[in-house]
Amino acid sequence: MVNTKVNLCGIELDNPVIPASGTFGFGYEFSELYDINILGTFSFKGTTRDPRFGNPTPRIAECPNGMINAVGLQNPGVEKVLSEELPKMKKVFHKPVMANVSGFSVEDYVYTVERLEEEDQIGWYEVNISCPNVHGGGMAFGTSPEAAATVTKAVREVTKKPLIIKLSPNVTDIVSIAKACESEGADGISLINTLLGMRIDLKTKKPVIANKMGGFSGAAIFPVAVRMVYQVSHAVNIPVVGMGGVSSASDVIEMMLAGATAVEVGAYNLIEPYGCKKIIEELPAVMEKYGIKSLEGLKID
Amino acid sequence: MKQSIFTIKENVALTSTVYKMVLVGDTSDITATGQFVNIKLDGLFLRRPISVCDWDAETLTIIYKVVGTGTEHMASMAIGTELDILTGLGNGYNTEKSGDKPLLIGGGVGVPPMYALAKKLISEGKDVTVILGFNNKDEIFYENEFKKLGATVYITTVDGSYGVKGFVTDVMKNLTYSYFYTCGPMPMFKAIEATAVTSGQFSFEERMGCGFGACMGCSCKTKYGNKRICRDGPVLEREEIIW
Repeated sequence: MVNTKVNLCGIELDNPVIPASGTFGFGYEFSELYDINILGTFSFKGTTRDPRFGNPTPRIAECPNGMINAVGLQNPGVEKVLSEELPKMKKVFHKPVMANVSGFSVEDYVYTVERLEEEDQIGWYEVNISCPNVHGGGMAFGTSPEAAATVTKAVREVTKKPLIIKLSPNVTDIVSIAKACESEGADGISLINTLLGMRIDLKTKKPVIANKMGGFSGAAIFPVAVRMVYQVSHAVNIPVVGMGGVSSASDVIEMMLAGATAVEVGAYNLIEPYGCKKIIEELPAVMEKYGIKSLEGLKID
Repeated sequence: MKQSIFTIKENVALTSTVYKMVLVGDTSDITATGQFVNIKLDGLFLRRPISVCDWDAETLTIIYKVVGTGTEHMASMAIGTELDILTGLGNGYNTEKSGDKPLLIGGGVGVPPMYALAKKLISEGKDVTVILGFNNKDEIFYENEFKKLGATVYITTVDGSYGVKGFVTDVMKNLTYSYFYTCGPMPMFKAIEATAVTSGQFSFEERMGCGFGACMGCSCKTKYGNKRICRDGPVLEREEIIW
């Protein structure tokens, strides 16, 4: 028998598989397909202080082994998340959930976390300082160590829950940003958000995406993600949640060998609605195949 | 929604760019006309959403136009090929509102979903009129299929090479009807919106990520709030649409 349990910032997960924010809504669409309580947890749809429609459409483009999205943090705003989305989620998901939070100012992040703080089912915050699809915020906080530190410090002061900061790969030195978050009290780092990408339609000679650029995700970015998870996990002393193109149980293990404590699955959920279920079911057999009895301490040198 | 494997039984050209594919598989999750399926294709990351033309207990019929890499690939597929398909996606048309004399308007590749809809409305005892709009005679398909169902059929061509010369609205403006249903390109929708004298339902198209409501890739604003074309649509009622 293999043991798939992992511990993420003091909370035990039955397995390391976590659907990534923006690919799993608030869980209830997927609970019609399978019992989502088999998941380690999931990171819910990025929530902001105010409601957001997001960017104009088209927001989606096909890529070799991946996709670009420019949704732009569409969400109903934290009040409706509290009054409508979380009550629906609670009916179908009974484990600690990861609350993904985004903002356009330090005050936005603080406000949203303060509003969510009383929700007992929220186990962790995943603070997104890396969305490539919104201007004047999001990724701007994740592109300099100083700005990342400022957000981390401000949010740290208003929550007792484990605080994970989600980082952008669209930077020169991701390690310095991760270290800045750690030094201001982050309990974990998650990475990578999407890579900034673009497609142009040959027939119309215009960008495929209305917003011109968007976040590139899917299997194609997996090697970039493994590299960055390796770099960050070897530079900080807090847990790293690895993500980026994970599409199989062996990808999960590879990410953990790179140094991830838990692993998020994103775009794969959109093309394979039963994807996370499949990965969880295959994980024990893949662990046995490679002689892995436990997922703790897999990190390579 | 159901994910299952379908086998191609037939894949034939109806015109130089439009193909009909009949697939055998589990159709139990298709619950309404106007729904769509999402097809996984080798070599492509995203599934391809295609509207349902018709279905029965064992077969699914789709009609698709070759417009890009995905549909080019589909056109070359041999009988017996297996495809991974998500079925039962979208809300579909509501036939309860049709009244006794509904008008169905399909433009180009917006024609296919009108077929199962016409079949259903006729089975409900309604007097169905169909307008099918094409650019020219060579693009016409399914005229006889609609006639065989017992619908009154009008064909329009932009160049006048067959049927009524002009647009679907050139016929629509002279007809009396209790309600309308339509699927087709946006310029046609806008002309219908300007011509229609009753309520009706429009089926929209948008680039989708997942097709089942998870990614927010195909959102639109309506008078009743934000909707996802894939999950809350693709059919929207005339009264809620913001043009």
